[in-house]
Amino acid sequence: MKFAIVRFPGSNCDEDALLAVTDGIGQEAVYCWHKEHDLQGADVVILPGGFSYGDYLRAGAIARFSPIMREVVAHANRGGLVLGICNGFQIACEAGLLPGALLRNASLRFVSEPVHIRVESIATPFTSSYHIGQTLQIPIAHGDGRYTADADTLARLEGEGQVVFRYVTADGRVTDGANPNGSGRNIAGIVNAAGNVLGMMPHPERALDARLGSVDGLPLFNSMLESFTAGASA
Amino acid sequence: MTRFRIALHIVPRRGILDPQGNAVSDALHSLGFPDVQDVRVGRFLTIDTTAENAEAAKQSARAMCEKLLANPVTEDFEIASVEVS
Repeated sequence: MKFAIVRFPGSNCDEDALLAVTDGIGQEAVYCWHKEHDLQGADVVILPGGFSYGDYLRAGAIARFSPIMREVVAHANRGGLVLGICNGFQIACEAGLLPGALLRNASLRFVSEPVHIRVESIATPFTSSYHIGQTLQIPIAHGDGRYTADADTLARLEGEGQVVFRYVTADGRVTDGANPNGSGRNIAGIVNAAGNVLGMMPHPERALDARLGSVDGLPLFNSMLESFTAGASA
Repeated sequence: MTRFRIALHIVPRRGILDPQGNAVSDALHSLGFPDVQDVRVGRFLTIDTTAENAEAAKQSARAMCEKLLANPVTEDFEIASVEVS
């Protein structure tokens, strides 16, 4: 299984994402510079965290027009997996791969800390290795993470099971205090209607080693591997 | 073709939490402006361009806002002025 890690000017979690794939689940990963037009035959695309184009105008607004994004959108439209983490989530929203937008944290502060999120759906190729309702500890590091969408979109996301992760307390309760950025309905991650594009603000690629505080991100990468293996043998 | 200077306002849509606007509003209240009702913090852009006429420049500005400058999910835009420069 091959992963493409897209690098934009200002990406800074690209190496973590690559290591998550190569060391975490022992698969092949390559970098794709944003000006390229070829995903090098990758099965999965990761849009990593960072500050593409310095977050000028809006986070992700300019990156979505990078040449490689045309290929990423085509890959997604073919049903290929796309994982957008942090800035990658912002880019995926700007590109129309996911509904809604990520706005400035309600606190107006950049928040960098471990948070707890609850797995709300395991019926996705990204979360099949978790169990439903499982509480994970995963770090966040962002200034623009307040998930915002109109009421109809939020209702649709909830109704269709597209809310995948929600910010919760350590014991798994959805509270305002557990919401680090003011996201609507404590949303930390969503999938598109087809289920093959996941955007999330927390960083699973930073939660793969007990020495760094958590291994709760590893099942996310294993889930992608398992779904691919299942698809290949089907 | 004529040179135009376009001025654009882009602001968070009403009903969407604008924490910057709220912080500025609170500061104004504490500075002795109790009559302030609401503040929205957005962006102001000036764009120098050429166009056949003012109407064409305005249409072009609208397309720029819809494609890139404003996020249709969260922001409203207003073309404040189109002037020959």
